[in-house]
Amino acid sequence: MSSQTPSELKYARTDEYLRLEGENATIGISDFAQEQLNDIVFVELPEVGAHVAQGEPFGAVESVKAASDLLMPVGGTVTEVNSQLSDEPELLNTSPYDKGWIVKIKVDDPSEANALMDAAAYIEYCKTR
Amino acid sequence: MSYIPHTDVERQQMLAAIGVTTIEDLFESVPSRYRFPKLNLPKGLSELEAWAEVQAFAEANEHAGDYALFRGAGAYHHYIPAAVNHVLLRSEFYTAYTPYQPEVSQGTLQAIYEYQSMLCALTGMDAANASHYDGATSLAEAVTVALEASRRKRNKVVLHPAIHPHYRAVVRTYHQGNGVEFVGDTGKTIERTTADDLIKLIDDQTALVAVQYPNYLGNIEDFSKLVEATHNAGALICFVANPMALALFKSPGELGADIVVGEGQPLGIPLSYGGPYLGFFAVRDEYVRRIAGRIVGETIDHDGKRAFVMTLRPREQDIRREKASSNICTNQGLMALAACVYMSLMGRSGLRRAAEISYQRAHYAAKQINKLKGYKVNVGAAFFNEFPVKCPKPVSAINDFLIERGIIGGYPLEGDYPKLKDHMLVAVTEMNSKDEIDLLVEALAEAAK
Amino acid sequence: MTESLIYEISSPGRTAVTLPDVGVPEVELPKDLLRKDLDLPEVSELQVMRHFVNLSHLNHSIDTGLYPLGSCTMKYNPKVNEDAARLAGFAYLHPLSDEEGSQGALALMYQLQTWLAELSGFTGASIVPAAGAQGELAGILMIRAYHLDRKDHKRTKILVPDSAHGTNPATVSMAGLQAVELPSDKNGDVDLNALRAALDDSVAGMMITVPSTLGVFDTKIRDVIRMVHEAGGLMYMDGANMNALMGVVKPGELGFDVMHYNLHKTFSTPHGGGGPGCGAVGANEKLVDFLPGPIVEMVEETEDENDAPLYGLKMPVKSIGRLKAFQGNFGMHVRAYTYMRIYGGEGLHEVSRHAVLNANYVRAKLRGVYPMPVDRICGHEFVMSGHFEGVEGIHALDISKRLMDFGIHPPTNYFPLIVPEALLIEPTETEDKATLDNFVEVMKKIAQEAKDDPELLRSAPHTTPVKRVDEVRAAKQLMVCCRPIPDYDQQRTPSGD
Ligand SMILES: Cc1ncc(COP(=O)(O)O)c(C=O)c1O
Repeated sequence: MSSQTPSELKYARTDEYLRLEGENATIGISDFAQEQLNDIVFVELPEVGAHVAQGEPFGAVESVKAASDLLMPVGGTVTEVNSQLSDEPELLNTSPYDKGWIVKIKVDDPSEANALMDAAAYIEYCKTR
Repeated sequence: MSYIPHTDVERQQMLAAIGVTTIEDLFESVPSRYRFPKLNLPKGLSELEAWAEVQAFAEANEHAGDYALFRGAGAYHHYIPAAVNHVLLRSEFYTAYTPYQPEVSQGTLQAIYEYQSMLCALTGMDAANASHYDGATSLAEAVTVALEASRRKRNKVVLHPAIHPHYRAVVRTYHQGNGVEFVGDTGKTIERTTADDLIKLIDDQTALVAVQYPNYLGNIEDFSKLVEATHNAGALICFVANPMALALFKSPGELGADIVVGEGQPLGIPLSYGGPYLGFFAVRDEYVRRIAGRIVGETIDHDGKRAFVMTLRPREQDIRREKASSNICTNQGLMALAACVYMSLMGRSGLRRAAEISYQRAHYAAKQINKLKGYKVNVGAAFFNEFPVKCPKPVSAINDFLIERGIIGGYPLEGDYPKLKDHMLVAVTEMNSKDEIDLLVEALAEAAK
Repeated sequence: MTESLIYEISSPGRTAVTLPDVGVPEVELPKDLLRKDLDLPEVSELQVMRHFVNLSHLNHSIDTGLYPLGSCTMKYNPKVNEDAARLAGFAYLHPLSDEEGSQGALALMYQLQTWLAELSGFTGASIVPAAGAQGELAGILMIRAYHLDRKDHKRTKILVPDSAHGTNPATVSMAGLQAVELPSDKNGDVDLNALRAALDDSVAGMMITVPSTLGVFDTKIRDVIRMVHEAGGLMYMDGANMNALMGVVKPGELGFDVMHYNLHKTFSTPHGGGGPGCGAVGANEKLVDFLPGPIVEMVEETEDENDAPLYGLKMPVKSIGRLKAFQGNFGMHVRAYTYMRIYGGEGLHEVSRHAVLNANYVRAKLRGVYPMPVDRICGHEFVMSGHFEGVEGIHALDISKRLMDFGIHPPTNYFPLIVPEALLIEPTETEDKATLDNFVEVMKKIAQEAKDDPELLRSAPHTTPVKRVDEVRAAKQLMVCCRPIPDYDQQRTPSGD
């Protein structure tokens, strides 16, 4: 597997990553996920201010052949969305961890992140799929 | 046997290749108790005999080929240039299926793309899909789009009571399991409800407001205040439009609509006792990704040549499955082709001309009928080609009289609008000559006696 | 080979039609209500004909070549059906005609309803639904209404096998119920243990396709039906594959409560480049009163044999309601009626026998050439895998595209989802042996090419009007309308919220 899995991030089983910084966090999809989806053509973003609970959908990504919901790795309130993705959805393919971030949130309860996988566990999990 | 080409020799060769002795052997996985039941169906007929029978059924009907037809109420008898049918009878179009494989379906794909473009022009919208089943189901799908656009946070829909009664019924059938609240079209005074009366029903739970243009009773209402109130409440407004009227009147896009749906039948599709028709569906840019059903986009092929392909596929049922917003698969593709050919033939000036003739003849008929003793038409109202007539007798009695004179009269309104007792809805198109209209007026006068 | 857009051959002032004079005293048009312009093409009749005839040449169709598209039953569409539907007495009949004036149409619809019900062993049928998916919606809403009518409010789930067509789970959600996916076993049959575990009193029913979407008849079907019924659920049959079943088995007798038929598959009404169709529904005693309406009933029987009975339109007493304006895709009813009338009961049984014969013949000939995930006698269609051991980078899609070079439409790709690289092949009964033999030879040749010259497949098709198209570009640079749309947005009040 050639995809990257930065060790400072946490990962959900549904392939969203979480970059936790105090009570703020950045969310996107993993390199593995973007490879699976192939050319991403559209990203549906939430509204700033929306509150989304852990595991609930906050948006969706679409390729030509597939669509998948984006689920909140931890509950929180959306503080910023990456509106560049509306014009350049391919950023999710080319730079999933940097320019291709999807939303920033204010986290309800950072301990919810304990339910997520660390990089090593996620790599193992991806191998089983 | 009819359309089965096998000879006895071939059957034997094929069975041998499979490694069985009889065709029955191929059905052993069907539980024997239930296998090969008796069918209580008639014996087969030759094409010749079947044709005679079908023809007898057709001849038993009273239709617009033999009678002067003044009935509309959602289905209109307009002229269809001969060339439309000749294109529809091209096997390459009608014996193909959904263009899943673009390399061998460019004909269908390009025709749909052209249809979408013409519909956008007609409605003033940015994008149209390749069709829904009919006008009524298009409206039901518009409700879904609005619910989704509110991210399912809103669940109220305001329906103007002068939307076709069948459409309002279909919308309720579709959404009976979704907890959607429909308001606006119930109560004792629906016959008098105007667009402005609906404003007070709009609140922060309203996802969609739907109106008909011209409305079911033929009127062209002023929706400007309603459109403003709807948008101020953050809801969407959907126009159910008659495409023939749009050739003459302002497009719903110009009037502020977010979604435009309707029955495309007037665009070159025969009455055919109610189907197959064409549900058209068009939206503003913002909602294009919420459209259900097929939609064709322009792109290029491997050599850089212009090509067409179904696009925005991931929202459809075959990929999205239980998360798809609609289950639509087969649509009314051939009817979209009919409309495309029709609009090409009629063109910029022809479609408007047909609409103008319908308008003028309808207004002439309304004026003449209003002069008759016992009949009343609101000739002051703005209408296109259809208007209610208050009759001096029950509509059924009038129509029984008219049919004897070779005329199919208007559609009785009392069933759907109890206060419109003895009212018939009369439609006039370019198919009704002045002589026919004069004949109707004369017959109505006599029927009143 | 490409064709200009009709707008590109348009010239201001040209027109294809001449319309009559207004012919009545004219009134002034209401100026403030009128639109300024209408952006439609301006072309001659000959231009229109050439344009669309040229476009038609870019299509593959049944009348031009084999179309073995699994699950879609692309059989021959008899021409007499087309003429029948165009008879003036049908084509010019207004949908809201008085009942006395539409007895011919009603009689035909009544017969069709009755025959469809008989063919599947049901009490009644409604021919209102416009397509299979709408028939499914009808059936699931009927199941929902049935439970509610019995004051059983807890049944909110519908079981759907993972092999199901996408319309099945989508229908369940549309009806406001929850689709619960059931795994299939390796043959594509229902996994009885999984079924047992899923059954409880929250289950409203189950949807299942017979023969399955892999083209095989589930030998345990009676057990499945019994188990669901014992748990208080009802059984929906997706009848898209009815072409295997006519006179073979009656779903109603097997125990199904409701099913849809695709008249545009089994009963030869043309697919029209995507529609229209008709998705009639049949129902047993339990559900017949819930059918979508209106349906045709005999309102007055006759004593004298020479008198025709009187037919009328009625809403069934507990109907889920209207699914369409008016009474359905009548033009499709006429075609299906004509088809059934010509075949009769015995003929329809022959149709199914030969559909199954043809599918098994092709299957037998391709065994050992392509991997067959379910290697047993099939129904009217069968599934192969478009992937060979040791040949990397060749997919079902490449085989499909290469088929086009031989003038054959590809089979269904990537459905059912549970078979990797699925190629679902349905020849239908109307194909003769020589055509099937040619198909087999072509498929063998392609299998060989996959090994010898895989690039030939990956770059296919080579002879079609266009090459593989850029779907990513289509989705990203969305162009779904070729004309500029006037920008009304400035005039529009900004939305609140
Ligand atoms: C198995 C199956 N079920 C349901 C459908 C849906 O039928 P329709 O396309 O007529 O809505 C199809 C058709 O594609 C099908 O193959």
